[in-house]
Amino acid sequence: MTALLQDRRAVLLLGLLAILALAPLAAGDYMLSILITVLLQAYLGMSWNVMMGFAGQFSLGHALYVGLGAYAGGALFVHYGTPPWIGAFAGMAVSAAVGAVIGTLGFRFKVMGVYFALLTIAFAEFTRVLFDHWGWVGASSGLFLPPAANNSPDNLWLLRGSTTMFYYVALAMTAAAFWFCRALLMRRIGYYWQAIREDQDAADALGIDVFRNKMIAVLISAAMTSLGGVFLAFFNNNLYPESIFSMHRSIELMLGTIIGGIGTLFGPILGAVVLTALGEGLTILGAHIGIDGVKQIAYGICLMLILVLKPGGLWPWLRKLLRLEGDAR
Amino acid sequence: MDATFFMNVISAGLLTGLVYGLMALGLSVIFGVMRVVNFAHGDMMVVAMYAAFLLYTKLGIEPVPALPLVAGGLFVVGYLLQRFLINHFLGVTEHIQFLLLLSVAMIITNVVLMVFGPDARNIQLDASFESYSLGFLVLDKVRVIAAFTAGGVAALLWAFFRYTTTGTAIRACADNPVGARVVGLNVEKLYAITFGIGTACVGAAGCLLLLLVDVHPHLSSDYTLLGFIIVILGGLGSLGGALLGGILVGLSEALSGVLIAPSLKSMFSFGLLILVLLLRPQGILGKKP
Repeated sequence: MTALLQDRRAVLLLGLLAILALAPLAAGDYMLSILITVLLQAYLGMSWNVMMGFAGQFSLGHALYVGLGAYAGGALFVHYGTPPWIGAFAGMAVSAAVGAVIGTLGFRFKVMGVYFALLTIAFAEFTRVLFDHWGWVGASSGLFLPPAANNSPDNLWLLRGSTTMFYYVALAMTAAAFWFCRALLMRRIGYYWQAIREDQDAADALGIDVFRNKMIAVLISAAMTSLGGVFLAFFNNNLYPESIFSMHRSIELMLGTIIGGIGTLFGPILGAVVLTALGEGLTILGAHIGIDGVKQIAYGICLMLILVLKPGGLWPWLRKLLRLEGDAR
Repeated sequence: MDATFFMNVISAGLLTGLVYGLMALGLSVIFGVMRVVNFAHGDMMVVAMYAAFLLYTKLGIEPVPALPLVAGGLFVVGYLLQRFLINHFLGVTEHIQFLLLLSVAMIITNVVLMVFGPDARNIQLDASFESYSLGFLVLDKVRVIAAFTAGGVAALLWAFFRYTTTGTAIRACADNPVGARVVGLNVEKLYAITFGIGTACVGAAGCLLLLLVDVHPHLSSDYTLLGFIIVILGGLGSLGGALLGGILVGLSEALSGVLIAPSLKSMFSFGLLILVLLLRPQGILGKKP
């Protein structure tokens, strides 16, 4: 315990977690829903980061896994009343399977870099059109989850209930994902990934099984992302292929991580805070002056500024400023 | 559905495909010379379409005469973009470059959305209601005009790269940037010109496409992806390949729209993209890397 307290990063993290855990005492439903947006953005960013940040495989179609998770959880619940915690396994299995197909095809046929990114977009768009025409999941007119009756008690098993309950679920998911990513990075596989990311041929020459380790990154990233999708389905209660599989979602999903710092542990969280604060601020402003698209323009400018000024993201820079440098992460 | 009907659908697809090909030509030129993947291609296309729309509705200039104006305008945009932004990103990792163009795309699309709103706009020319009939073929007049103009612009581009000094210098940069620098070429400037030419192609294609479809801001990502499908199909960096890819995509869109549901046609394009990426990533006419 004392060793833990001497580590300033651990203290800061536990402090942050404690503040977030107590937040519902002070924050209203609106504030909580914004915090949920931050947590979900951070969670999805971390999931993307496993593939791009750790293993260096650029995916621009992660909305595919969000959508598959959301539809698996949502459709099983609507049709059979399956609890989301069980539906999540279905979603994660489907996403991992689809990820395995894309990964196998991409890596075996040596589709690299931007071409690989295009391959992931193509699969996501293909699936979007497919779901647009699939009657069982409501096709293009959408799938709706029955909301809980007013004032009924929170049902954590079926994930029907108040914003506060969803907030704690999101917080638990994000904290678990952070811990999981940290554990991954500190193990052998984390070092394999970083070796592959930095120089695939050199990693290969050192005897690292490049294909196998890249595949594991894809499977983990896909499964994690789809769990976020399940949450999204139950939180929003409606699903449209048009929005859940859209390329814009894939882009927004990775923006936070890029702004925070690709490949870092805390970057996705920092990026999510910055992005959501910016987005919410501008939405309020936009509501006053009534202009569409301001938020997206700001995101675009933000992304461009980061790429021009701090291509490594905000967190590596801030970490130096706060003197939090222990090991490289 | 008889043979005549199919011949008409096929010829309409071929003609539209040439305009698609001209759009993709811009993407291909930019990639072929600088290895930059222009993710803002469709966004520039939409800008060009709105520019042509404004020139017609405000000043009464029809899209074909407006073509040099719009193409010239987009040349300047492309030139400045490369000169002051992208040139600084030539040595960096591929995905950073990609994200940079993505940020440009986000800004452009949403500025267009802010200025014009989300509604679809179109223009009605006198020629819009006329058609040529060649035996059993009935061709829309505007479609024929658009296709021939697109072919003409592509031919001009080919002549530029083949016969002018600047064109030859650009080809030298594409073959060997270091060698080009050694013999004293101003590579940064030539790159900027190349990007300008690429965006000018899109400008021209945008004017012509406005004759055929309605424009709205959310078309941009569709056209970017369509451009990628076409150039990867034909071979990134190959000029003839871009035109061929455009024609193939135009055909497949027209046929799948008639034979199956129109809303499914993009699924076939993406399926085609997946197959080409896996089986022949250098494209039909592209050289093996």
